[in-house]
Amino acid sequence: MADYSWPEADRRALIGSRPARLDGPVKSTGFAKYPSDQNPSGLLAAKILTCPHAHARIVGIDTSAAEAMPGVRVVHVIQGEGAEIQWAGDEVAAVAAVTEEVARDAVRAIRVDYEVLPHFVTEENRDGAPDARAAGERAEGDPDAAFAAAHRTVERTLGMPQMAHMCLEPHGQVCSWDGDELEVHASTQAVSTLAGQFATELGVPASQVRIRTEYMGGGFGSKFSPDRWGIVGAELARKAGAPVKLFLERDQEVTVAGSRPSAFARIRAAADEQGRLVAWDSDSWGSGGLPGTGQTPLPYVFSRLPNRRLRHTSVPTNLAGSRAWRAPNHPQACFLTMAVLDDLADELGLDPIDFLDRNLDLTGRADTYREQLAIAGEMASWKERWQPRGRTREGAVHRGLGVSVHTWGGRGHSSNCDVTVHPDGAVEARIGSQDIGTGTRTIVAQVLAETFGLELHEVRVSLGDNVYPQSGPSGGSSTVGGVTASTRRAAQDALREVLVHVAPRLGAEPEQLVAGGGRVFVDGDASRGMSWREAAAQIGGAPISVQGRNPGPGRLISSGVGGVQIAEVEVDVETGVVRVERMIAVQDCGLVINRRLAESQVYGGLIMGVGYALYEEWIPDPVSGRLLNADMEFYKLAGLVDVGSLEVHMMTGPGYDERGVIGLGEPPVISPGAAISNAVANAIGVRVPYLPLTPDRVLDALAGRGGPA
Amino acid sequence: MTDDAKRSGLSRRSFLCSGAAGALSGGLAAGLLPGDAAGAAAVTDAEAPDTVGPGPVEIELEVNGATRRLAVEPRVTLLDGLRDRLDVTGPKRVCDRGTCGACTVLEDGRPIYACSRLMIESAGRSITTVEGLGSPDAMHDVQQAFVENDAQQCGYCTPGFVVATAALLARHPAPSEQEIEAGLGGNLCRCGTYKGIRAVVEGAGGGGVSGG
Ligand code: FES
Ligand code: FES
Repeated sequence: MADYSWPEADRRALIGSRPARLDGPVKSTGFAKYPSDQNPSGLLAAKILTCPHAHARIVGIDTSAAEAMPGVRVVHVIQGEGAEIQWAGDEVAAVAAVTEEVARDAVRAIRVDYEVLPHFVTEENRDGAPDARAAGERAEGDPDAAFAAAHRTVERTLGMPQMAHMCLEPHGQVCSWDGDELEVHASTQAVSTLAGQFATELGVPASQVRIRTEYMGGGFGSKFSPDRWGIVGAELARKAGAPVKLFLERDQEVTVAGSRPSAFARIRAAADEQGRLVAWDSDSWGSGGLPGTGQTPLPYVFSRLPNRRLRHTSVPTNLAGSRAWRAPNHPQACFLTMAVLDDLADELGLDPIDFLDRNLDLTGRADTYREQLAIAGEMASWKERWQPRGRTREGAVHRGLGVSVHTWGGRGHSSNCDVTVHPDGAVEARIGSQDIGTGTRTIVAQVLAETFGLELHEVRVSLGDNVYPQSGPSGGSSTVGGVTASTRRAAQDALREVLVHVAPRLGAEPEQLVAGGGRVFVDGDASRGMSWREAAAQIGGAPISVQGRNPGPGRLISSGVGGVQIAEVEVDVETGVVRVERMIAVQDCGLVINRRLAESQVYGGLIMGVGYALYEEWIPDPVSGRLLNADMEFYKLAGLVDVGSLEVHMMTGPGYDERGVIGLGEPPVISPGAAISNAVANAIGVRVPYLPLTPDRVLDALAGRGGPA
Repeated sequence: MTDDAKRSGLSRRSFLCSGAAGALSGGLAAGLLPGDAAGAAAVTDAEAPDTVGPGPVEIELEVNGATRRLAVEPRVTLLDGLRDRLDVTGPKRVCDRGTCGACTVLEDGRPIYACSRLMIESAGRSITTVEGLGSPDAMHDVQQAFVENDAQQCGYCTPGFVVATAALLARHPAPSEQEIEAGLGGNLCRCGTYKGIRAVVEGAGGGGVSGG
């Protein structure tokens, strides 16, 4: 059995270095063609008519005026008479026309009569919820006795609302038929699995569906399926006999194309005189739209806490169903847990880092967290600068520090990769994965070039197309482990085949040979070798092509990481405005392939985290059932000047590298909400019980009011 | 941003909004409708608003150095005209409402939101999109700096940021914090690339990055 492994640290030329992303130049010049940029000849534009009511039944639909409009090619009813609509924004009909403007006119000309039904969209107060249902209760140990014996107990009601994915490239695709073969340029996180889903819905064999996604403008967990608009787009194209572009308008994107479930909880937590956690009781609820939500994993990270009781209520609402949002469930569980622990530390009169440290044996990776807390504390000068709550102020401006810890799995997904070595020395990898902005193309090239001892520009990577070997959807930080493992196995196997051909020429055994610096040579005697080109020429006339797979043998990947973040904020207690001054992230992810891209992932997580900590939320109108902020003006993302200074420390080297590759997309986005909320509590002396930390919520908390019911 | 706007404390975002509205008469009054169409839209009364459309109007404009002629309905935005009619897809449509900056292009050297301008308003003017600044083989300094500082992930916000950054640095080679806020505060990124973008802008003073 071949030995699959990563090169030792002193033999790595590219792995762990900082090469720039390979598709940087095409992106920064605007030459990269995204799915939404595809303009095949004869293209029609499609628009969707959505339902304005949160709950309604369609009693009549008249498309005749739209059909009669010049330039309209197809009008397609998605949900007709009798259909019950369960959220505002649900798709009712679609139009394909010669231009976007005509398609919009036609959509407006469709007349739909609705019987409006009662709706419910505000789950923050679950008492009014018509369909709330118990969704799990469990207990371990003896919480009642533990609370009775505890030294200090805190009780809090906390929460965070539903929020949007807000991918900048909206969901959608361009569909073109050639006979009964369909080609879809899709903005997707799942190139290899999409074809089967299109095929089932459209009644064609999956072998006749081609999916292409060379570039795409962000997914964050919301782009795994064709969605209804994908199928409708393909149907419109089939009926029109012409390619059809259908991308959601921004208001539709915000309303139906992805949200993170809300999470609320009434929590009691208790500690003994030594500051050790002894009891936990949480009564949580939340909504992910019509399906409600499952149990939030509480208490987060400190999951070995003895004596706990958990209850959960799922609250369905008349809002579009939630989707996996970067690190599903974790940001919510992290905020709910870390806020309560921070308040408990305050109650005990303990520095929160000290308090967390005393309880690390209740976590799954005490040593990692201990090391990370020390490093993060050092970076923040925590010991010198941290003060108990509400002590650091200059006039109206109060300053505070907050800390949080998080965890994630990140094991590589299933992935196949074909590596081919040509007799002229050309090396290429083909993999049915996708680069969603994380740098997948670049890290596959690094693994390939490293294995063959070549420069990054000397290898070629093809991805983003389902004609290549299947590779899993990019979700849950599973891509980097999957694609690097399959690529490394294929590359190592292909190299061994080359070495078998080369060995006789060098009078050596294949096992004695290595590739490096553009040459193949006897390990330890570089003079006995030849250039890579010469080596490749030894394979004969036909290329060598090998498929590598994940999972597979060898120690290339693993899972399970920890991270610590510290936030520093300023709060103006007269206006309630919170400013993030500084964010510090200490993170491990096993063996880092590309430090520059890894750091970018963490910076990106911190920035997205500042967004949901301070600004981002869906605001449903209880009266109309519609979102009040389905745009980018009132659904506010963090901007360049909102994020303060950001510092990242990656845990690498001995103790981390030998764990192999572990995913990194999710972990850094988990802690910011908790760390920033804790920093605000430290600054103003009271807990703002609700995210995002908008000025009204801060002022309410200062006035002793507010919080979720 | 003009000095006036700066003095009045307008951010680029609010300035562009007011600029777009204010320019409605400006673009047409400039008499930029070539040939017969110009006659149809001739101004007969200085006080009366110009009237064109609702049918397609013939216009001519320069896009990345090439003269382009086309007929567009007055309601078509510059952004949709570029993307849908001229296949110039560097500028992206994200918010379509003047909030996110993904559609930023230069009009006669000045950054504007292409989603918030009608294409006929740009008649006779010169439009430079991100593709017009450089190409993968011959990148503009700002584009090169975006690559080197990893100031892009998915890259969908990048064309707008690159154009806005080039415009900012052309005006202020070593911008102050206020100038950065005014120049880039009207662009948004979802992937979180601000650390790299800040490095591009702050490295500009000494790093050989120049604007325009
Ligand atoms: S698309 Fe023009 S500002 Fe957002
Ligand atoms: S790089 Fe993805 S939105 Fe900015």
